[in-house]
Amino acid sequence: MEQKHLREDILRISGVNPRKCMKCGKCTGTCPSYDEMEFHPHQFVYMVESGDIQPLMESKGLYKCLTCFACVERCPRQVEPAKLIEAVRLSVIRQQGQNHLKPDQIPAMLDEDLPQQAIVSAMRKYAK
Amino acid sequence: MQRIGVFVCWCGSNIAATVDVKAVAEALGKEPGVVYFEDYQYMCSEEGQNKIKAAIRDYKLTGAVVCSCSPRMHENTFRKAAAAAGINSFMVEIANIREQCSWIHKDMQSATEKAIILGRAAIAKVHLNAPLTAGESPVTKRALVIGGGIAGIQTALDIADAGFEVDIVEKKPTIGGKMSQIDKTFPTLDCAACILTPKMVDVAQNEKIRIFSFSEVDSVKGFVGNFNVSIRRKARYVDEVKCTGCGLCTEKCPQKKVPNEFNLGLDQRRAIYIPFAQAVPKVATIDPDYCTMLKTGKCGVCSKVCAVGAIDYKQKDTIVEEQYGAIVVATGYNPIELTKYDEFAYSQSPDVITSMEFERITNAAGPTGGVLLRPSDGEHPHKIVFVQCVGSREDGGGCGKTYCSKICCMYTAKHAMLTREKYPDTEVYVFYIDVRTPGKNFDEFYRRAVEEYGVHYIKGMVGKVSPENGKLMVRASDLIEGKQLTIDADLVVLAAAIEPDKSARPLATMLTASMDTNDFFTEAHPKLRPVESPTAGIFLSGCCQGPKDIPETVAQASACAAKVIGLLAKDSLTCNACVAHSEEMLCNGCSSCEKVCPYGAITYQEKEFRMPDRTTKMRRVASVNPAVCQGCGACTVACPSGAMDLHGFSNRQIMAEVDAICK
Amino acid sequence: MQIEEKFEPTIVAFCCNWCSYAGADLSGTNRLQYPANVKIIRVPCSCRVNPMFILRAFQRGADGVIICGCHPGDCHYTTGNYYARRRMTLLFSMLDFLGIERERTRLEWVSAAEGAKFAATMNDFVATVTKLGKNRRLEDLRCNK
Repeated sequence: MEQKHLREDILRISGVNPRKCMKCGKCTGTCPSYDEMEFHPHQFVYMVESGDIQPLMESKGLYKCLTCFACVERCPRQVEPAKLIEAVRLSVIRQQGQNHLKPDQIPAMLDEDLPQQAIVSAMRKYAK
Repeated sequence: MQRIGVFVCWCGSNIAATVDVKAVAEALGKEPGVVYFEDYQYMCSEEGQNKIKAAIRDYKLTGAVVCSCSPRMHENTFRKAAAAAGINSFMVEIANIREQCSWIHKDMQSATEKAIILGRAAIAKVHLNAPLTAGESPVTKRALVIGGGIAGIQTALDIADAGFEVDIVEKKPTIGGKMSQIDKTFPTLDCAACILTPKMVDVAQNEKIRIFSFSEVDSVKGFVGNFNVSIRRKARYVDEVKCTGCGLCTEKCPQKKVPNEFNLGLDQRRAIYIPFAQAVPKVATIDPDYCTMLKTGKCGVCSKVCAVGAIDYKQKDTIVEEQYGAIVVATGYNPIELTKYDEFAYSQSPDVITSMEFERITNAAGPTGGVLLRPSDGEHPHKIVFVQCVGSREDGGGCGKTYCSKICCMYTAKHAMLTREKYPDTEVYVFYIDVRTPGKNFDEFYRRAVEEYGVHYIKGMVGKVSPENGKLMVRASDLIEGKQLTIDADLVVLAAAIEPDKSARPLATMLTASMDTNDFFTEAHPKLRPVESPTAGIFLSGCCQGPKDIPETVAQASACAAKVIGLLAKDSLTCNACVAHSEEMLCNGCSSCEKVCPYGAITYQEKEFRMPDRTTKMRRVASVNPAVCQGCGACTVACPSGAMDLHGFSNRQIMAEVDAICK
Repeated sequence: MQIEEKFEPTIVAFCCNWCSYAGADLSGTNRLQYPANVKIIRVPCSCRVNPMFILRAFQRGADGVIICGCHPGDCHYTTGNYYARRRMTLLFSMLDFLGIERERTRLEWVSAAEGAKFAATMNDFVATVTKLGKNRRLEDLRCNK
């Protein structure tokens, strides 16, 4: 249920209709960050369509997309994969209480050189 | 006042079981104008029809209402019976009390009431019926074929075979079309010229066929059976009758730097030229854009060398007026322009070529004499990349097409196979989205390219081609292996989408034939009438109707010829009797009706009218051609002054039906 | 006390000759029931239906008018149903403005193969109009005399 919700959110944010994809792979053929990403533009389109979004959100390569829009420019069916990747990033950010700091995680991260003020402001910012 | 007879059919128990037929007949007998009523078990039987005929004669009926099954079933039967008894067949109306009454209702009382109302409506309509006669129009027994490619050639030959005269109008200096440029044909790999040029010779030698080469259709008037076409014969500055096609002028012409369009600009021709050796008609043509004589008045070499004095620098366009009974559209296709596809570097590198250019390069009569050489440096390419679906199957704006161009998969397999066969040291890659091979022996052909000839088929689209140090770096994805590839190719061949010829759209306007959004002509019915246009007398042959390969084109061309022959074999055509007509005194000449007419049946005439003050006045009024009108009635509603009306379904008739139902 | 008679609406259906009239015939052939209130008028094409006919029907006491044509793209005359659609969109909204409820008028695409759809549409339309009751707007009572 959560996943379905997520899928609809991503489609709404991006305005992309992944069903228009004819799986030609031109986006992936054109991607300059191909080697950096574990999931490639055409896989984003396919995985969002099938609702398999969690692995995309957890992938490190998500942030390697340069948003150069080469895939958007060349897609023959105007699917716009880059916008989809951007929307997946946004939904990572918008997750409430998921990847934010928890008080018990802090001691491990403490650094002697870290100003106290920074810790307090980080707590204020993220502990919600 | 009409004298109307009412005939109520029992249809065995089909009607009589739910409708009280006797009550219906009696109730309708009381209607004004009804002088006779009768009910019978089977009105459509011989006996029933005789009853109708007898009643018409005995009671001097002027109209008849038959309450029976659907008019789609027996309207014609009863109309014929009425005509046999001496009244106009359009004076019969059917009240549908079976399909639309007895069969759908169970309650006798309500069904009987409804049957009476339906009968009343039909009586009300008959009161306003007028005798109609279907017009006849003669058929000119000659066909025009627009376009001289393989589609036009095949259609013309088949029509001529049946004994009818055919004219072919071709805008290029020679017939032959795209097929004459192709090297080999899939899936049999026989050479295109070997099968096409004999057909071209057949056309030239056939007494029934005239070729108007280097000509275009200027205007089309008229309608099915009677088209008036004016054909513009463009000036070729060579007398077609005198020219023997010896070709001496084309060798001596000093202007050598004209891009040769037959070879797609890959080499050069002279300013006076014969497109290719087997051209039909084999007549030279001067290109006025390059001829020094025509541009500056100083040269005249060709006229000096011509032994028969065929060169005529003062030749002008001439117009030929001809009459035709049927017109065949065979305007064909063109590959799309690829200049907008910057990612494939088509306009940046001469080594990125289209498939048509590849055909010319591999053709023995082509610019390289059939040796596969790169256009840039004349070297033999060792790695060739074929890209499919360039411009096909695209969505949205831009220059791409939404449809599949249908032929690219097969000709790419053919190119790849031929390359591997002739040059086994060449690596061939084909990038595909889907390989579509429906057709006889097509998939076997494609599998042979992969299995026997070792062509590398890679699922994925090429993302970018960039020229670097004399190589073409092709970046693409291999979706099945899941990796990105970079291939340093020597030659890249793009399978460009095909689109209808640019001349098709203005031609469609002239013919009032309909087109789809891609400028392909639409057929009268996508399944059951695939070679006819919805406009009567216009037929479709070949790629003007949709992408097709050669076998399909030839099949459609012959089918088209059969339809044309069917039309030309008739001496006259019976028109639809229920056509629109305009009341000239009411018409204000606003053109509203003309705009909505899907058949171009409405024209305007300047007519002289006598005014009440005894003066005369010229007025512009609509007139309907009954041979073209199909009787849809769109114009009757569009007419703001109520001048347009439809025979058989007039405004007053339909309103009378409405009144009868709502009473 | 007076027992109220069950209201039986008068429904006029315009059917194009090529698709909807054949669809209506098919629902008959399949013995699919729909109320006897519906009376069909055959026209060559849905574009033959002049808005005047519909006004006339309401004037003469019809309670609902339905126009059936071929599906978009299937018109026997290529474009007729598109004209019908445009005209009726305007007419229906005008009728709505005049107080003839939007539910009393309908434009429906019924193909020659859709006998079941024809019957279902008619059942639904008659039920809708019956619920709305007698149409008094536009009705010219002088016509009843």
